[in-house]
Amino acid sequence: MSELTLDVQGLSTHFFTRAGVVKAVDGISFSVSRGRVLGLVGESGSGKSVTGFSLIGLVDAPGRITAGKILFQGRDLTKLDERALRDLRGNRIAMIFQDPMITLNPVLRIDTQMIETVQAHDNVSREEARTRSRDALGMVGIPSPDERLTSYPHQFSGGMRQRVAIAIALLHRPDLIIADEPTTALDVTIQAQILAEVQKLTREVGTALIWITHDLSVIAGLADDIAVMYAGRIVETGQVEEVLDRPLHPYTHGLIGSVPSRNARGTRLRQIPGMTPSLLNLGEGCAFRTRCARASAACERDPQDTHPMAGRTLRCFHPQLEVTT
Amino acid sequence: MSATVPDNAAASGRGSGGAASAAPVIELRGISKRFGTTLDAAARMAQGLKRAMGGTVPATVGRAVDCVDLTVRRGEVVGLVGESGCGKSTLGRMVAGIMPPSDGTVLFEGRDIRTFNAEATRQAKLKVQMIFQDPYASLNPRMRVEEIVGEAPRVHRLIGPEGYDAYVDAQFRRAGLDPAYKRRYPHQFSGGQRQRIGIARALAVQPEFLVCDEAVAALDVSIQAQILNLFMDLREQLDLTYLFISHDLGVVEHLSDRVAIMYLGRIVEEAPAEEIFARPNHPYTQALLAEVPRIDTRKRQFTAIKGEIPSPINPPSGCQFHPRCPEAMAVCREQAPALVGVAPGHRSACHLNGV
Amino acid sequence: MSEAALPAAEQKAGPPKQETPFARFVSEYCESPVAVASFVVVVLIVSVALLAPWISPQNPYDLAQLDIMDGRQAPGTKSLEGITFWLGSDDQGRDMLSGIMYGLRISLAVGVGSAAIACVIGTALGLIAAFAGGKVDGGIMRLVDLQLSFPAILVALMILAFLGKGVMNVMLALVIVEWATFARTARSAALVEARREYMEAARCLALPKWRLVFRHMLPNCMPPIIVIGTIMVARAISLEATLSFLGLGVPITEPSLGLLIANGYQYMLSGKYWITFYPGIALLVTIMAINLVGDQMRDVLNPRLKR
Repeated sequence: MSELTLDVQGLSTHFFTRAGVVKAVDGISFSVSRGRVLGLVGESGSGKSVTGFSLIGLVDAPGRITAGKILFQGRDLTKLDERALRDLRGNRIAMIFQDPMITLNPVLRIDTQMIETVQAHDNVSREEARTRSRDALGMVGIPSPDERLTSYPHQFSGGMRQRVAIAIALLHRPDLIIADEPTTALDVTIQAQILAEVQKLTREVGTALIWITHDLSVIAGLADDIAVMYAGRIVETGQVEEVLDRPLHPYTHGLIGSVPSRNARGTRLRQIPGMTPSLLNLGEGCAFRTRCARASAACERDPQDTHPMAGRTLRCFHPQLEVTT
Repeated sequence: MSATVPDNAAASGRGSGGAASAAPVIELRGISKRFGTTLDAAARMAQGLKRAMGGTVPATVGRAVDCVDLTVRRGEVVGLVGESGCGKSTLGRMVAGIMPPSDGTVLFEGRDIRTFNAEATRQAKLKVQMIFQDPYASLNPRMRVEEIVGEAPRVHRLIGPEGYDAYVDAQFRRAGLDPAYKRRYPHQFSGGQRQRIGIARALAVQPEFLVCDEAVAALDVSIQAQILNLFMDLREQLDLTYLFISHDLGVVEHLSDRVAIMYLGRIVEEAPAEEIFARPNHPYTQALLAEVPRIDTRKRQFTAIKGEIPSPINPPSGCQFHPRCPEAMAVCREQAPALVGVAPGHRSACHLNGV
Repeated sequence: MSEAALPAAEQKAGPPKQETPFARFVSEYCESPVAVASFVVVVLIVSVALLAPWISPQNPYDLAQLDIMDGRQAPGTKSLEGITFWLGSDDQGRDMLSGIMYGLRISLAVGVGSAAIACVIGTALGLIAAFAGGKVDGGIMRLVDLQLSFPAILVALMILAFLGKGVMNVMLALVIVEWATFARTARSAALVEARREYMEAARCLALPKWRLVFRHMLPNCMPPIIVIGTIMVARAISLEATLSFLGLGVPITEPSLGLLIANGYQYMLSGKYWITFYPGIALLVTIMAINLVGDQMRDVLNPRLKR
């Protein structure tokens, strides 16, 4: 069995704003094993991006991690100081963002940036760093990497830039990559290319990958495991086939049902009524109860994680145990 | 000419079917839109100098839309699909009348819009409204939403001062919003609510035709379902015609009667929705359908179509798709294929059909 | 069926409050104590200037009240009539404090007045340039470039040398110097706003052009213009002071702070520093307070769309 690369237990990240405390992430637990892909799925306001930032220690004021453990290969990241975190970042844990220009400096050449990244963690010569950079570019499928190394970011198209960002993430062969909506802004054909590369890489290199997205279809094709987030909490986890074929949580159920391809053509889509609640005043109880058709008085209390079957966790008092068509 | 579209209106529960025999609302013939920097005198001199010295001058003018023919009939939903740089948004704006075409003719209800006087132009513009992609940018942040929705009908005298409040309230309710919040500003609403405000604004001038430019792309899946249902409801209630522009094939398949696929400014395939998803003809359409992630396929192997989307300023010669086409032939590089019928109601621009 | 209506109240935090953009601006502005203090100082200065005829110990331009024997008295001494010269007196026997109060009136009037007029003219031209485009845009912008390529003081000096001294002439010179900055700022803001989707939506609604420019575009162009406005007021005051110091500005009968500084300059090294020093401090504080207010306004009005 593969060991756990990442084990998150009861993580909470709160933002202390003028308007109140925003519980962006509220007591979530999940784990990722070596060589496996976890899809972290949620809509806007679900806390999925904040989770990604919390893992890598990039939460800015007025937010901070208020509770929980992040065990990365056994070490608790929440207990480490900034220096130790910096050693890990880019080295053993890497992050890819939705906008590649977050990673890339527009006024520096690609080789400058990549060599700098290599030399930040490894004491190697410039030529050696350059060779590694070139190999990384080749690994992500950029044609003629030697020439492209001397280019600037604006000379690449959007899809290419994202590949460069992925190459930078791969320079040190990290054990864990956190990808925050990297293909959301890209065209379908380019997205397919990047997904193909990423699939290849996780197989070859054995990196654990957390893919954060709102697009269930991408997760269906890419991920091994899935965790569904809603209002800062993880409501359901399990293997992708299991969860998508037999969703237990009413929110997951509703989310899958509202996808157009799951509805007969021309009919009204099954929709989840209402809107995501404001994270400022969630109150007690299940965050989904205001929109849930199965809510009852029991839902006024906070549901805890349960294990209805092997390999599944669920936070709900009224799971849907029927099989969806 | 297109033959009868399979009438599945009854089966899918939609309102007036029989779209094929309806009169065209908008007809585009040979529409093109050029864009690029027009150089001033100094730059032109510099370019002339460079050419004289034997250097090459990069092209600065491209075609966002290249000689497009499109007809939308009353009551139908035409889906326009393509990726970035294909010109679908530009085409949508030309249909809505907010961007004049560089070449070609736009016919509104059978008449050339260039023959319209000021009053007729105004009437035509009001009948064709647009829903925009970005719910944050498409509402004026300094206007109350009541004003946003009610300004145009008031300015165009569709309603008088007595009926104003009731009218605005009715627009809000029709779009699924509570009129109690009409004195608020856009930043106090969520993305989905803002999109509804945009819809209310469009409906307030009593249009017949809605151009939806990626109207649900920026919304969460659950809100997207609500807005799409709203579109379908409005279609039935108000007998609206839609041009639905999107890159999301799943949404387009669900909503549209007919679908047109665009690539680099040209329409490469056009067919009834069921037909195009069941029997795609053009290699680009086939690639798009193969590459779209679907929730039903699990742990698939993503085999990507190679190459980048070319820039519209320097498009490939002949068939613009040939550098990425797995079945490109020699003729594809030289000659652009024409959009010809391959099945009833189904047109495709590919040399493979001629072989 | 308003499914969206139900959670609209839940969507925004707390009780549904009517937060206008202005209220939001005010609360964000007050986040900086320095900015609040500067604003208070500006309000104080303006109040002093407005109320000068009622609160100043003496009317410094009423020759009947002056006595040359009171001249060049140190701060704190009493005049022959019994008024205390809190900041000393100048060579004519005028109370410095009163002189500064009246001087502020002129400085502020000229500064704010010229900036306001330049704002209206410059903004209008900038918006027209952005909206019309083409040759109109090119023409107006070349004029702006021409204007801005000369140092402000040089242009003002040339105009005043041509027209002569006087408050109105100074204001005219300042307007001519300042409009170009407003035009350029307004034009860049308008160019950005004209491409935004809400402007496309307004065009789709077939609204008349003047409505598009003034009802839709202008309110969204205001933030940078307001910021530039405060800075230009400070600049106008400073420029007017320079001109007056050089003797080309306001006449001696209506001295602004600059002229007061000029008058007292000759006494700097003879120990009677107060005649030039205190007007200088007043000028410095005024300009600095206005600039700090402008700074904070610029920071607050920075487009931060998703809050």
